[in-house]
Amino acid sequence: MKILTGNDLKTGAVIWWTGVGWSLDVDNAADVGEHGAAVIAREEGAQNVFAAYVIDGEKTAEGVRPAHIKDRIRALGPTVRPDLTRKASDPEAVNWVI
Amino acid sequence: MYKYDEYDQQMVDTRVAEFRDQVRRRLAGDLTEEQFRPLRLQNGLYLQLHAYMLRVAVPYGTLNSAQMKVLGDIADKYDRGYGHFTTRQNIQYNWIKLEDTPDILADLAKVEMHAIQTSGNCIRNISSDQFAGAAADELIDPRPYAELLRQWSSFHPEFLTLPRKFKIAVIASDTDRAAMRLHDIGIKMVKNANPENGGGEIGAQFYAGGGMGRTPMIGPMIREFVPLDQLITYSEACLRVYNRYGRRDNKYKARIKILVHELGRDEYVRQVEEEFRHLLTQGIEPPLAELERIKPYFADPAFETSLSDDLDLSDPDFRLWVERNTHAHKQSGYVIATVSLKPVGGIPGDASADQIRLMAQLAKDYSFDELRVTHAQNIVFPHVKKADLYTLWQKLDDAALSTANLDTVGDIIACPGLDYCSLANARSIPVAQKISQRFGSPEKQAEIGELKLKISGCINACGHHHAGHIGILGVDRKGVENYQLLLGGSEGADTSLGKITGPGFDEDGIVDAVEKATQVYLSKKQDGERFLDTYRRIGMDPFKEAIYG
Amino acid sequence: MVDVQFRFRDDEAVNDSAVTVGAFTEQTNATAVRIEPGDDARDLIPFLERLRLIEVNFPAWTDGRGYSSARVLREAGFTGEIRAVGDVVIDMLSHLKRCGFDAFAPDKPLNPVDAQNAFDRWDNVYQATADGRRPIWALRHTA
Repeated sequence: MKILTGNDLKTGAVIWWTGVGWSLDVDNAADVGEHGAAVIAREEGAQNVFAAYVIDGEKTAEGVRPAHIKDRIRALGPTVRPDLTRKASDPEAVNWVI
Repeated sequence: MYKYDEYDQQMVDTRVAEFRDQVRRRLAGDLTEEQFRPLRLQNGLYLQLHAYMLRVAVPYGTLNSAQMKVLGDIADKYDRGYGHFTTRQNIQYNWIKLEDTPDILADLAKVEMHAIQTSGNCIRNISSDQFAGAAADELIDPRPYAELLRQWSSFHPEFLTLPRKFKIAVIASDTDRAAMRLHDIGIKMVKNANPENGGGEIGAQFYAGGGMGRTPMIGPMIREFVPLDQLITYSEACLRVYNRYGRRDNKYKARIKILVHELGRDEYVRQVEEEFRHLLTQGIEPPLAELERIKPYFADPAFETSLSDDLDLSDPDFRLWVERNTHAHKQSGYVIATVSLKPVGGIPGDASADQIRLMAQLAKDYSFDELRVTHAQNIVFPHVKKADLYTLWQKLDDAALSTANLDTVGDIIACPGLDYCSLANARSIPVAQKISQRFGSPEKQAEIGELKLKISGCINACGHHHAGHIGILGVDRKGVENYQLLLGGSEGADTSLGKITGPGFDEDGIVDAVEKATQVYLSKKQDGERFLDTYRRIGMDPFKEAIYG
Repeated sequence: MVDVQFRFRDDEAVNDSAVTVGAFTEQTNATAVRIEPGDDARDLIPFLERLRLIEVNFPAWTDGRGYSSARVLREAGFTGEIRAVGDVVIDMLSHLKRCGFDAFAPDKPLNPVDAQNAFDRWDNVYQATADGRRPIWALRHTA
C-alpha cells in the first residue's frame, strides 16, 4: 500500500493521512493509491501538514508498517527511549521497528 | 565570563522579536515551508524525525550556572525533560513545538543566551578549547578573541547566505582540544615568531579548509601571523573569497574545504591577501580598545593562593575518577574536573533536566559559577579547589554523573543517528550503548587506556568518525543498517583521518570488530603506547587480519 | 520590467534598461548594468563613473553572492543606485540595505507593513559595512 505522512505545522508531530484527516497513529494510515500527490498539494496548501511525502507500507495483523526503517522509527519514536515512544507500555514495540 | 552590555542584550532581544514575527507569518500562511526553512535554520530550528529540534548556542562552550539552570528548565517546560549536548559544544532539544519557540528564545535571552546561527548556511557558533582559562598549557585565554568573532559573525549582512555552513574554532595551546584543523577556519593564538616584525607579541595563526563530512580534510595553514588589530579584517577577507567562489551547484561540494582544495591552498591565499589589502582600507576593524573591553570578563576568578595540592585518594572509586576525569589546572590547589555524560549503556551527551540543574548548582558551589561543554559531549567544572573535589564527586555520584571513563573506549562521541535525525542512515546510539557495555568494566578500560571512539549515523560525520582512533560510520545497505569501521583518526595536535578497514558489519558485528581491534592493540603494544600509537607503528594489516581473517 | 517597490534615494528614478556585464564591457554607452550571481562585480570598477544604475539579480534569495557584489561596488566608491531584483524577500531587506542596496524591486511585491518592520528592525549593528552606520564597537568607544 501507499501511505502518506508528514508533520503537523504547529507541533512538528509526525502525522499520517487517514483518508479524511490526520492521525498520530500509523495504524490509522489509509492506502492513498495514486492520489498521494493530490492530497499533499491540497493539505499543504491548507496548512494541515508540511514536509509531506508518500511511502510504501504494508498492512499486517498488528497494524500498518512503513517499509523503510526511518519511517518505522518516525511512527514509533526513538528506539533508545522506549519511555518516549507511542507504545511506552509495550516493551516489545521496538521489535517491529528493527 | 563575558557579560552582555545594553547593545548585546538589545541584539538578542531584537532577534527574539524578529523570529516571533517570522513564526507568526509562517503560521498565518504568509511564508511557505520552503521560504521559512532557511529562516528557521538560521535560528537553529530543524525538523527532525519526531518533531522540531532546537539547537541552542553555547558560545565557545562556556556557561554560567544561571544559564545552565535555564537549560534544565527549558527541558522540563518545553521538551520532555532532557537535552542533548552536541559535538559543537551546544545543546539541542528534540521535542520542540514551533509555536513555543519564540517563548523559549525569550527565556534564553533573559540569561544572555540565544540560538542565533546554530544552523543554516552562515557562520555558526564559534567553538573553543573547553579548558580555556584554566589549562596549565595554554598561552593565553582564547575566548576574548572568540567573543570578538562572535559579535562580528552575528547577523553579518554579507555572510548569512553562504554556499554552505561555516564553522570557526579558536584555540591557544599546542594541545588542540577543539579539533581546530577540522574546521572551515581554525585559529590558533600564537606568539609572533618573526623577529623582523618585532616578535613576541600575540596574534592569530589561520588555517582554512578543514572539515569532516563526506570529504574529510585537514586544513592547511594560510597565514602564520595575523596581528590582533587585523583579526576581523582578515576573517572578512577569508569569508568574502569563499562567498564569491564557493561552489553552489552541488551542496556536497560547497564547503570551503572543496574550494581550497580545488583552487589550491596558494591560490586561495593569494585571493585572500588581495581582498585583505583592499579591506584594510575600509575601516571595518574594531579598535584594540574593544578587545581590551572584552578581556577583563575572562579574567581569572578570585583563586586562593598557597592552597595544598594534596588529595586524599583512599576511596578507590574516587581515585579512579580523579585519574581519569581530572586535568592539571594552571593555579596550584585547583583542578579541572570533567563530568562524563557517557554512563555505561547510556546515551552519549544526554542529560536530564534534574542533572542539568544539579550541575548548575555544583558549578555555583564549587567552580566559581562556571561550566564548559566539550566537543566530546561532556561537561567541565573548570576551577575546582582540590579540597572540595571529594565532596563534588560524591554529589555527582549520587546523581549518576560520576562515570570514570574520560578519553577511554567508553567515552564515545555519537551523533543522534537514526533514532532522531532525519539525515541519518543508521542508528548510532544503540551501537554506542553496546560498545560501552562490552567494555564496561573499569579493569578493561584501564587495560586499554586512551582510546577515542566516535560514531556517525551518516556520512555527514556529526559524530566525528573520521577523527576517532576507532571510527564507526553507519550506512544504509538496501534498507538495512550497516556499520563501517575506521582506524587511525585523530583530532588533536597530531590530526589525522581514519581509514576504512573493509566491508561493513551489522550492529553486533561492529561491536565484535571493535573488540578484535582492541585485542590486536593489547597483544602488539609496546611500552607507553596508546591504541593510536600502536596503529601508527604497525599499520592496518594486523588489524584487518584479526577482524576479517 | 518589474517595479521598484522601495527606494532610499532622493534623486530621480532611473529607468535605463540594464544590460548584462558581458554586453556592458563591450558597449560603451550603456548606463545601467545587471549583475548575475556568477559575475565578478570588480569587473565594473573601471566604469563606475558612467553608471547610473547597477541591478543585482537574486534568482534565489539563498544565493548570497549579490551581497558581496553590492559591498564591493560601494567600497569602490559607487554612489549610483544599486537595486536588488529577483527573489527578494522581507527577511533579507535590512541585510541588503546594510550591504549598500538602496532600491528593491522584488519579483512579487512584498507586504509593505512587514517590509517596513524589516527595514526598521535593527537599532544597532555589530559590523562596519558600506552603509555608513556606526557599529556597536564604535558606539562603545566614543571618545
